[in-house]
Amino acid sequence: MTKTDEAQVVLRLSSITKRFGKLTANDAISFDLAKGEVIALLGENGAGKTTLMNILFGHYTADEGEVEVFGQRLPPGQPKAALQAGVGMVHQHFTLADNMTVLENIVLGTEPLWRMGFGRSAARRRILALVEDYGLRVDPDATVGSLTVGERQRVEILKALYRDARILILDEPTAVLTPQETEDLFATMRKAVAHGLSVIFISHKLHEVTAISSRVVVLRHGKLVAEARTADVDRHQLAQMMVGAEVPPPAVREAAPGEVLVALEGVSTPDRGAAPGLKSANMALRGGQIIGLAGVSGNGQAALADLIGGLIAPASGRLRLKDGVPSDWNPRAALAAGIARIPEDRHKTGTIADFDLTENAVLELYAKPPFSRRGWMDWGAARDFTQKVIERYDVRCPGAETRIRLLSGGNMQKLILGRVLETAPDVVLANQPVRGLDIGALTYVHEQLLAARDRGAAVLLISEDLDEITALSDVIHVISEGRLSPAFGRGELTTAELGVWMAGHGFEGETHAA
Amino acid sequence: MRLEPVANPTLLRTVGLPALALFGTVVAASLLAMIAGAQPFSVLGLIVKGAFGSKFAALETLNRATPLIFTGLAVAVAFRAQLWNIGAEAQLYVGAVVTVVLGTGALAWPAFALLPTIAVAAMLAGAVVLLVPTFLKTRFGVDEVVTTLLLNFVVLLWVSMLLEGALKDPMGLGWPKSARLIAEARLPRMVEGLRLHWGFGLALISALVVWVIQRRTTLGYEMRAVGLNKEAARFAGIPVNTVLIKTALLSGGLAALAGFSEVAGLKGSLTLDISPGFGYTGIIVAMLALLNPLGVVVAALFVAGIFVGADSMSRAAGVPTYLADIMLALALLMMVLAIMLTKFRVRRD
Repeated sequence: MTKTDEAQVVLRLSSITKRFGKLTANDAISFDLAKGEVIALLGENGAGKTTLMNILFGHYTADEGEVEVFGQRLPPGQPKAALQAGVGMVHQHFTLADNMTVLENIVLGTEPLWRMGFGRSAARRRILALVEDYGLRVDPDATVGSLTVGERQRVEILKALYRDARILILDEPTAVLTPQETEDLFATMRKAVAHGLSVIFISHKLHEVTAISSRVVVLRHGKLVAEARTADVDRHQLAQMMVGAEVPPPAVREAAPGEVLVALEGVSTPDRGAAPGLKSANMALRGGQIIGLAGVSGNGQAALADLIGGLIAPASGRLRLKDGVPSDWNPRAALAAGIARIPEDRHKTGTIADFDLTENAVLELYAKPPFSRRGWMDWGAARDFTQKVIERYDVRCPGAETRIRLLSGGNMQKLILGRVLETAPDVVLANQPVRGLDIGALTYVHEQLLAARDRGAAVLLISEDLDEITALSDVIHVISEGRLSPAFGRGELTTAELGVWMAGHGFEGETHAA
Repeated sequence: MRLEPVANPTLLRTVGLPALALFGTVVAASLLAMIAGAQPFSVLGLIVKGAFGSKFAALETLNRATPLIFTGLAVAVAFRAQLWNIGAEAQLYVGAVVTVVLGTGALAWPAFALLPTIAVAAMLAGAVVLLVPTFLKTRFGVDEVVTTLLLNFVVLLWVSMLLEGALKDPMGLGWPKSARLIAEARLPRMVEGLRLHWGFGLALISALVVWVIQRRTTLGYEMRAVGLNKEAARFAGIPVNTVLIKTALLSGGLAALAGFSEVAGLKGSLTLDISPGFGYTGIIVAMLALLNPLGVVVAALFVAGIFVGADSMSRAAGVPTYLADIMLALALLMMVLAIMLTKFRVRRD
């Protein structure tokens, strides 16, 4: 434990406890933040990081404990009070008005509406000064809708700084950034610290934590399990603190590539709102390979997943299966073609929360024998199948008749995994398969994907976690604005080179210089 | 104040709160009776007595519950798949019209052939009435709440036109009323000597059939999946639009049976006031039953009991029968509140 000098304490959390029903999301968490330091709040998804920050910022009310900012107790449940006290928060999901300029977004809410426009030039001067001081390159007169994700994040940070924030909370800021943009963000954080600000940086990426923070606070299952000077610990120790157990590296053997099971031949799909569709994409999914799709989120991954999963058909180009181009492309056709799908959102798309495990297990298979004969469901057969999945895939649950909403994310994912893998599919579409899972479940999912590959299946792994992609994939494609890079073999590109592709450089027909 | 979701509602919440809602309804109704100048408990006693206190009263309640079971089932089936059918009233009237068209001598068949034919024809007609809005919804995204609701008025005016014209009873002394059904087209009484027709039996059977469909058949599974999470259903390969169309056929058919049962079982002819809003009350019945088909029977008996009981209570205690409407409205509001509170808890900040 480290002791912080009393006079330097800018923020103090005292035994914060928050319960959601039976779940204790935060269990008597206390720590101090000193002036000019970066604390990394480390923990797996679901460890209680975001809940804690939401309490600090007044979005939630703690059941017990209190928050002090500069020695003053914050009234619970009032974001406004937190703002006035100098706490600025940058959420995972941005809160910007797309149709307004950067300047308007920053000033919005700080001045009464009828005075908008008055202090415009003064506001611009202040913003430009902040841009200069903190290295937050962004044009105050650009419309937010036209900005990249990285630029929008800078606007959010500017917004907080403009409101004289002395404490910055960044909630998983790097999840949406390329490696290069992450470096820029870290430079900004260092400048902020130099200006005497304090930063709480939430992450579960160890190399980022060691790169930027001066202290780490580790949460696990809602409890503060460790607090240490970053210099005193190495990544390995941090990982152990975070998961409470040794992290086994995925053992990956060389793969023997098989025949092409699914091929995209110049496929384009329509854009959906801000999310781009595919732009004449070429890709081959071979049996016995894990094909990794790297890319910053929102660059067309959803379109690719929907295309292969049967939810959308190509607008132009062709999707070719092992036995030809399908005449009709829909989820049932994809299932019939032996494509197993692990959807990105297991709560909204993968399962039906108020159905029990049995009803969820047969969601994709219900229409065929043995589960359904002449329009009648055979719930006995469905229960047997579910029982088999529960046992083989280690789904921890009170029983097959439990509503699936009561299961943890990991167990929900194991049920989905079992449901799709029990059919011995030729192709496995794994879209963010380990998002939000604890290390045990994560390792298990990876093992199953590797096993499916070794059995001869083609596994398309879509993930925002570059480490996951490089560790598992035999072949890597990078996606950017709907364009697919050529296939790269294992180890062919460095992380930095992948980052260049992720940032949108190197693609054919590119207009701006790399 | 704000709402927080309850992760795993206890039995006390799921059973206790709806019970509390009914209790609250009774207390509120008692207060209203007091304001109207009557003894609250005697008013409630009179309602219960008026609804179930004698053989005659009980049979009257069962008769009144019959169309409510059909419309309640129609709504429950549709709402379960998140198809918002507010048009049970229209489907009921269309079913009644078909019954009159086929049952007044157009088909001179024996009862065992004629009655099933009319019932099936009425169901088909009711199904078509709901099919149009459902098709507009699945094809063009037109909100079915608006279309089904407005169709009620269209159909009612159409029936009014028929009763003044094509279906007008030539012997009816100018009243807007259809000719009477032939004897073979009348639903017989369930027990000789008791004023209760087979429409009630058909309603009970329908409730059971719907329950079996929802629990045991592939279609029922699809309907529940579509209702609970359309996105997941579509992802899993369930043909969402086809399921909605099938749901509409079932729902519209059930509502039409209410019209068939009222004309062939109770009234014997069609007038414009054959339904005092059974289609709308069916929504209340379905909600009170939490969309459970067997619960619909219980809820329909409860609602019918309040209406029948309030009639006789009004005569005895001098309290307006509107108390029945208020009680129903209260029961519905309280039940909706109770359902919400089983899923959320209120926190004060």
